[in-house]
Amino acid sequence: MTTHTDPHPTRRLILQGAASVALLGLGNLPFAPALAAANDKYPEEAFKLKNEADAIKALFGKTAEPSDKVKLDAPEIAENGGVVPIAVATTLDKVSSISLFVAENPNALAASYKIPDGTMPAVANRLKMAKTSTVTAIVEADGKLYSATKEVKVTVGGCGG
Amino acid sequence: MAIRRRDFLRGSAIAAASLVLPRFARGTETASIYDIERFGNARILHLTDTHAQLNPVYFREPSVNIGIGEMAGRPPHLVGRAFLEHFGIRPDSAEAYAFSCVEFEKSAGRFGKLGGFAHLKTLIDRLRGDVGDKRAMLVDGGDLWQGTGLANIMQGRDMVEVANLLGIEAMTGHWEFTYGEQVLRENLEHFKGEFLAQNIFLTEEAAFNDAPAFDKATGRVFKPSTIKDIGGHRVAIIGQAFPYVPIAHPKRFTPDWTFGIREEELQRHVDALRGSDKVDAVILLSHNGMDVDLKLASRVTGIDVILGGHTHDAVPQPIAVKNPSGTTLVTNAGSNGKFLAVLDLALEKGKVSDVKYHLLPVYSELLKPDAAMAELIGKLRAPHVTDWSEKVATPDRLLYRRDNFVGPIDELICTALRTELDAEIALSPGFRWGITALSGQPMTMEDVLAETAITYPETYVQEMTGGQIKDVLEDICDNLFNADPYYQQGGDMVRAGGLSYACSPTNAIGSRISELKLPNGKALSANRRYKVAGWASVNDQQGAPVWDVVGKYLRSGRMFQERLGSGVTLKGVDGNSGVAG
Repeated sequence: MTTHTDPHPTRRLILQGAASVALLGLGNLPFAPALAAANDKYPEEAFKLKNEADAIKALFGKTAEPSDKVKLDAPEIAENGGVVPIAVATTLDKVSSISLFVAENPNALAASYKIPDGTMPAVANRLKMAKTSTVTAIVEADGKLYSATKEVKVTVGGCGG
Repeated sequence: MAIRRRDFLRGSAIAAASLVLPRFARGTETASIYDIERFGNARILHLTDTHAQLNPVYFREPSVNIGIGEMAGRPPHLVGRAFLEHFGIRPDSAEAYAFSCVEFEKSAGRFGKLGGFAHLKTLIDRLRGDVGDKRAMLVDGGDLWQGTGLANIMQGRDMVEVANLLGIEAMTGHWEFTYGEQVLRENLEHFKGEFLAQNIFLTEEAAFNDAPAFDKATGRVFKPSTIKDIGGHRVAIIGQAFPYVPIAHPKRFTPDWTFGIREEELQRHVDALRGSDKVDAVILLSHNGMDVDLKLASRVTGIDVILGGHTHDAVPQPIAVKNPSGTTLVTNAGSNGKFLAVLDLALEKGKVSDVKYHLLPVYSELLKPDAAMAELIGKLRAPHVTDWSEKVATPDRLLYRRDNFVGPIDELICTALRTELDAEIALSPGFRWGITALSGQPMTMEDVLAETAITYPETYVQEMTGGQIKDVLEDICDNLFNADPYYQQGGDMVRAGGLSYACSPTNAIGSRISELKLPNGKALSANRRYKVAGWASVNDQQGAPVWDVVGKYLRSGRMFQERLGSGVTLKGVDGNSGVAG
């Protein structure tokens, strides 16, 4: 690897940051599969289901209740349906997972994160959306499910006044 | 017959009683409507959506501007007589002519054109002078740099010079972004005021690549707000650019920036201005559009007044909106330079104790044009006016654009597209800018450009199935009539030529558009492919600019001869005050 002076300190910082994260990840590697195997296995079936209600049932075996403690940050109208920025955070205690569903996508379950104990319960993702749909975030906390839903419009665009 | 303008404006009864309705005349007496009683200790003058109309224009306000759900039956969704009744304006008055579509053609002859920057300059200087320059501020809500052939060819630079002479101290933007980042930044280097936008951020990719931004920590591309000392008090002006620039326009103009309403970022910023900066008033200079502003005012706290634009609604009085910690006033100040808003604030330590608001029509016949501004406008126009002074047609009817669904200007553009590009169907964007042309008065190429001058004017012809056409209509219709204003983009419905249909605005997306028919009365077939012409596509197109297509068509002298089977039948909105009776 050659070295040179990076004219962009911000970028260098970000790159250094990314490197340390990667190293940490490597350091944890021996434990990670064991942990995952102990708690959960990859929810293959839930990811394959088309319908949102079916996917929620397959993933959790129960339904969620809407909660204002789940904060779902999504645009009203997507600037690019191919990469829609979505973020979820919650003030709930004992969070064990956060999952995202796009009702109108070919497969409704878009992502499911396991949240280890002591982790700040906040995730962000980019979702691919073919058309206008509700996006639902489900937070699993203390064995119960809490949700927040928002409609994200994917439009053909044009015709602003 | 000599009638003093004071009588004319105050008591239209006198005018109505005479057989011949008198015209305005610029006399020695000062027009009383511009004598505003002193109030408070700070004056903010607000212009918005002038669309670069340097000279006075005719502009007919809409006769269809439907509001649904909570938006039904309240400003800005009141038109015609319902509007006049709501605001207590006499139907035969100069105000009725300025603010509504009622008897527009008849009144146009009496009251003349409105707006014009030389006239605005005179009025602004006077209103500043009335309170003393240190107690006044002039702000612009955007759509200042676009709307004419001149602004388009100069990429908005003409308007920067005009803005500097006018004394605009802060502005935000919308069409300004359609010149692209480089031109925008070059223009702003010459702008003496500040460009404010709290709701534009670098995309993550652009931030990673170290793209320029006002604040690298937050990723804010522009300065979000400015604090001005007015009359010994601190007034914060926050900029709110049009939230849907990369959706309503080609994304290639702003690839590094992401927009949105950004309610939470706005709330944090307002809280910081009130908390750390200890300002006495917070004003949002907004290009959201009025419905969006009304919703925002009910949710974001700590804003005293939203000075609004984008939707071109000329609303004489602010709407007071309650929210969890107080009340926010929401205004919208019309378009095309027709109006100047005057916001007088009574400021105390940490609060606005009272407010008075006037939305003044800029009657060009009552205001002496400012000499320096007139000279600048002449200088800016000189290199181009001759090229555009050619008369291309004389309309046989009033040509206007604004209505939710149809307008004779767009009918003409659609007919030109279908004829010149040999298409069955034409689609033309539902822009809300563009001037009104009177019947029997010659139209020049400059007038055609005032309806069409954008940075992506290329026409296209493509095949679309009937199903695809319906989907496009449904999609755009939802931008107007989604029950949640945050999902609205603020334009009007795409115009269709060679196609008629019915629309139920109160239905949900997918079930608003029905009865699609071709001019021969046959139903549009979902699976058949049709040849569709259009312009202003968000995708790259290669066809001739729309103004050349329209110019060619008009020069052929056919005008409306080939007017065919277009039109929209409205359903489920009987009695809606957004439809003129």
